[in-house]
Amino acid sequence: MNIFNLFKIAYKALLRNKTRAFLTMLGIIIGISSVIAMVSLGQSSSQSINNQISSMGTNLIMVMRTSQRQGGVNVGSANVQTLMAKDVDAIRNKAKYIGAVSPLVNASGQLVNGANNWPGSVQGGNSELISIRKYKIASGTNFTEQDVRNSAKVCIVGKTVVDNLFPNGESPLGKMIRFNKIPFKIIGVLESKGQNQMGQDQDDVIIAPYTTVQKRILAITYIHMIMASALSEETAGLATQEIETILHANHKLKAGQANDFDVRTQKEMLDMMNSVTGFLTVLLAAIASISLLVGGIGIMNIMYVTVTERIKEIGLRMSIGAKNKDILLQFLCESIILSLIGGIIGILFGLLLSYLASKGLSWPFIISIPSVGISFLVCAATGIFFGWYPAKKAASLDPINALRYE
Amino acid sequence: MSEIIKIEQLRRTFQVGSEEVHALKGISFTIHSGEFVSIMGASGSGKSTLLNILGCLDRPTSGEYFIDGTAVSQRTKDELSTLRNRKIGFVFQSYNLLPRTSALENVELPLLYNNTISGKERRTKAITALEQVGLHDRMMHLPNQLSGGQQQRVAIARALVNDPVILLADEATGNLDTRTSYEIMSLFQQLNREGKTIAFVTHEPDIAVFTNRTIQLRDGHIVGDTPVVMQSAKEVLNNEELRIEN
Repeated sequence: MNIFNLFKIAYKALLRNKTRAFLTMLGIIIGISSVIAMVSLGQSSSQSINNQISSMGTNLIMVMRTSQRQGGVNVGSANVQTLMAKDVDAIRNKAKYIGAVSPLVNASGQLVNGANNWPGSVQGGNSELISIRKYKIASGTNFTEQDVRNSAKVCIVGKTVVDNLFPNGESPLGKMIRFNKIPFKIIGVLESKGQNQMGQDQDDVIIAPYTTVQKRILAITYIHMIMASALSEETAGLATQEIETILHANHKLKAGQANDFDVRTQKEMLDMMNSVTGFLTVLLAAIASISLLVGGIGIMNIMYVTVTERIKEIGLRMSIGAKNKDILLQFLCESIILSLIGGIIGILFGLLLSYLASKGLSWPFIISIPSVGISFLVCAATGIFFGWYPAKKAASLDPINALRYE
Repeated sequence: MSEIIKIEQLRRTFQVGSEEVHALKGISFTIHSGEFVSIMGASGSGKSTLLNILGCLDRPTSGEYFIDGTAVSQRTKDELSTLRNRKIGFVFQSYNLLPRTSALENVELPLLYNNTISGKERRTKAITALEQVGLHDRMMHLPNQLSGGQQQRVAIARALVNDPVILLADEATGNLDTRTSYEIMSLFQQLNREGKTIAFVTHEPDIAVFTNRTIQLRDGHIVGDTPVVMQSAKEVLNNEELRIEN
């Protein structure tokens, strides 16, 4: 018998019981659509995190202070005072893979403009900090190296700060605001960047020369962090090693002695996030696969019932010339048709689900071609695997007994 | 007249537990082209076993069976399937039509298992077969929209569609009332006149009178093989109607 006739016979047999065929397919539809939706949503969320981390710059390198033991006492990272502005100079002078580098000093306090006030934190850096953090100046200017040397009381503010201190929409440029009673002149406004992946408002920021923050606000001589940008994402690793070597020498640490600083790249962060979302995707897909398995067993169950119910039909088909192989293939075909049609509907339904969900969560919508392809193969395999046993049973019937079966 | 069916010393033994049951104890006969043979016998006489072997559904334990000159005894299962498909037309007591499938598609069914026949040929042959049994106006009807007699006609058309060398009918009138039985026998007689060879298994003597030869089976032996003067089923039917009218 040729394949076309075979499919015709199987298809007609299924059409004779449409409701049951649909209900059988439902298991596969639910299984496949949940696998597709889970994988697609997992990838969407990881893409969304990727996008947000990349918007901060994947070549970003941060040098942080780490806790250290001093005379047997662990002093905690906040009390480490060994990171200095001269470390920044050393990196700038010696490093080959670093594009820009800036110290970072943080101070939090209350911002006041007339009757309006807003809690904020000032980030002190040099003139390169804005480009390292991937901010852009929307209006006004950046501060200069001159301002840094003079500890000038100037600042650049983000949109959230402007909105809260100047609620009437007037231009903040050139205005004086107070931070912990110290007056700062606004010389620039940053372009809005929105929230980062942690839901932090990146526009709630004030940037000022680090010397100003060190001397006029905090009265310290050390710095909190160093921020640098590698020349490219690929050289971030080399740049990290370079910084470690330079700082190790600069801090006069002995060979083998633990560093009092920690160099981290944004890429590490990205990799960590990816491994978390990747794991979640696999987990969700595994749970969804269980429903696919249940769907497959549903097919087997129905095919089994179908065989018992159609013993007379099988006997008749054999008596008019169907070979055992023809009967086997017919029943196999029926289960494959069920699982494939169920699979196609499931794939479409799963894509629709993930489209709606990703729109709702404002994540990018990703169709994962491999997962669609694999689902399709899994469907066909489900049909063959779970259809085989009932089909084998049908084909092994004896035509004489089958014809007389009541 | 060519030999359509020839059996020689046919035996069939079943193993039931440790006991051997001899259903057929060495029977021989020949059916020639154009004959209308009734095979009679009480239940347990071995007529079902004989029919299964004649229909290539079963193989004899020993002895020879030739259908249309082809030896059957040593064939494989698949070869038997092909023989059934090309040489034999079955008519069953309970019609065995596929439910929710039109008369035409039911008749087409045997041809679906024959690769040498195209879809177009299949349709033409099925239509011709339905015309032969007088159901040309019921082709698209489903089995449950047809009377018992009409369903049996569809089944006969299905048996005819592959142009078999012999029609094997197994109690084909068993589920029908007397009048419809006569109609079906009349149809068989018409097909026989057109040249079909028919073997009709029955236990009703008043059906056997419509054939032209009766083979009697008892306990696995042939106890009688007699020519019959065939009565016309159509005439009996007409007489019956006249009697009712008077």
